Amino acid sequence: MSYSGAVPTARSRAMVRETRHLLFTVAPGAFWIFIFLVLPSAYLMGVAFMTNGPYGLPQMPLSLDAFERLAGVGFLGWSPGNLYTLLRSLWQTLVSTVLVVIVAYPVAYYITTCREKWRPILLLLVVVPSWTNQVIRAFGWMNLLAPGTPLSSLAESLGLVAPNMGLYPSNLAVTLGLVYNFLPFMVLPLYAAFEKLDTAQVQAAQDLYASPVRAFWHAVFPQTLPGLLAGTVLVAIPAFGMYVIPELLGGGKGMMLGNLVANQFAGSSNWPLGAAGAILMLIATFIGLFAMRRIGKRLGGGEEVVI
Amino acid sequence: MVGGKNITETPPHQRSVNTVFQSYALFPHLSVRENLAFGLKMRGMPAAERHTKVDEIADFIKLGDLVDRHVDQLSGGQRQRIALARALICEPDVLLLDEPLSALDAGLRSQLQVELLRVQKRLGMTFVFVTHDQQEAMVMSDRIAVLNGGTIQQVGAPREVYERPVNAFVARFMGHDNLYTISARKSDRLITALGELTAEDAGNGELLLIRPETLDLLPGAVEGPNHLTATVAERLYRGSHAEFRLAIGNTTLQATVNNRGRHLPEVGETVTVAVAPEDLVTLHE
Repeated sequence: MSYSGAVPTARSRAMVRETRHLLFTVAPGAFWIFIFLVLPSAYLMGVAFMTNGPYGLPQMPLSLDAFERLAGVGFLGWSPGNLYTLLRSLWQTLVSTVLVVIVAYPVAYYITTCREKWRPILLLLVVVPSWTNQVIRAFGWMNLLAPGTPLSSLAESLGLVAPNMGLYPSNLAVTLGLVYNFLPFMVLPLYAAFEKLDTAQVQAAQDLYASPVRAFWHAVFPQTLPGLLAGTVLVAIPAFGMYVIPELLGGGKGMMLGNLVANQFAGSSNWPLGAAGAILMLIATFIGLFAMRRIGKRLGGGEEVVI
Repeated sequence: MVGGKNITETPPHQRSVNTVFQSYALFPHLSVRENLAFGLKMRGMPAAERHTKVDEIADFIKLGDLVDRHVDQLSGGQRQRIALARALICEPDVLLLDEPLSALDAGLRSQLQVELLRVQKRLGMTFVFVTHDQQEAMVMSDRIAVLNGGTIQQVGAPREVYERPVNAFVARFMGHDNLYTISARKSDRLITALGELTAEDAGNGELLLIRPETLDLLPGAVEGPNHLTATVAERLYRGSHAEFRLAIGNTTLQATVNNRGRHLPEVGETVTVAVAPEDLVTLHE
């Protein structure tokens, strides 16, 4: 009896020790996440449900005013402005992500076909632009696309834009800016996928009567899918929340959700509305991530592909 | 050439040749069934027909219960068999096997060798089996083609290639080490570093090949035709047989002796090597 009593004590002592170890290793991270993620998020939540004060600062009582304003209900009845901004954000995200994939896919493939000693240099060339400040690069695009520049003149003479309008500011300029900005985030994961591509599978597909197109579709594409989905997450989520590019290249009609939120904390000052906008962005992002996961599972044949 | 037609210009996806790859190259995102049906699907066979075909072939390779699994749930040997079935299901004129067993451990390997051999016999299909293992080549083949640097050195039945290699490369590839330069000839008598030996068919090669298993070891120094006196330099006892490295003058000779329970010479012992004239072969460098 005394023996059987000794076992749990030893075991519980070991458990205590293990828990203490766990506490020491996990605590710093958990503390960090609590201070810089949980607290601000909770604060944001709180602000979103408060009422807008006279100087744009949140005050009591709690209300759903901010969400009503976000949905477009104002003093003058319903206006679709914010809805358009949301739809524009989604559309810009979709279009720019698709364009990024179209550009990045062949680029990533091309780099893997180059000699090994050139590959790091080519990858560096892909990444180098992102070492420059985003704002400076956006200004670069302004100079390229402004009325009177060669590109704009060309577009005007082709009748693509109205005379003297130029390509900037416009939604097209925002799309170009987003594609340019996020290209490296798609090229790198795709490159990683292409680099470990099992070429035997391609040979096998051709051996089993697949034409080149079908061999690509059945033997190459599935292998690059994890990279493609990872790249999509890296591109689509920041693109959706982008502030700088639509601010600088979009003009009045190019606003995205990020600008709507930023404006509430700066210019027009309505913190609760800004917080509500941020929450909307979070929810949209989570829905997007969840959808990606589902797609990844379906296409990846049961494997976990992303995140 | 396949079935009398030159296929050099035909793109791979139109050739009636299917391949079993060294790495198997199964499609990991597809189930076993989808992998097996891939070739049929690419050739436009209707789904229902594909289904029956897959069930047939899965029964044939005795993996019927695996068809609905995922590729990454299979063992190496199972993958190998699925890769084989995926190629067989298309009923090609020629099945190409590119070192299909080299990734498997020795036991499974010899088991699958026998299995492949039976499959080939049952189907009567032409298998082109690529291997670096001469034992495997001899077990599996009706005819062996020995290639070096892209050129065929010799084509022949396993016994022919092993016992009558045409040149030193083939001889060494088949595992022969006892090759001696013939320094002079007196009709059918050949002078080498070992001494003078008589060959029944002396040919006109400049190298003499002596297969270790054709040698008899007699205890002590015995005079006689094609008898050489030697000292045992090394003895490797392998249970069923023993391998000897024998010193004759300045050169060495390998001999293999079956273990029939008789005396096996010790290291340092003087022995006489006897070889029959019909077992000696000459060949070119």
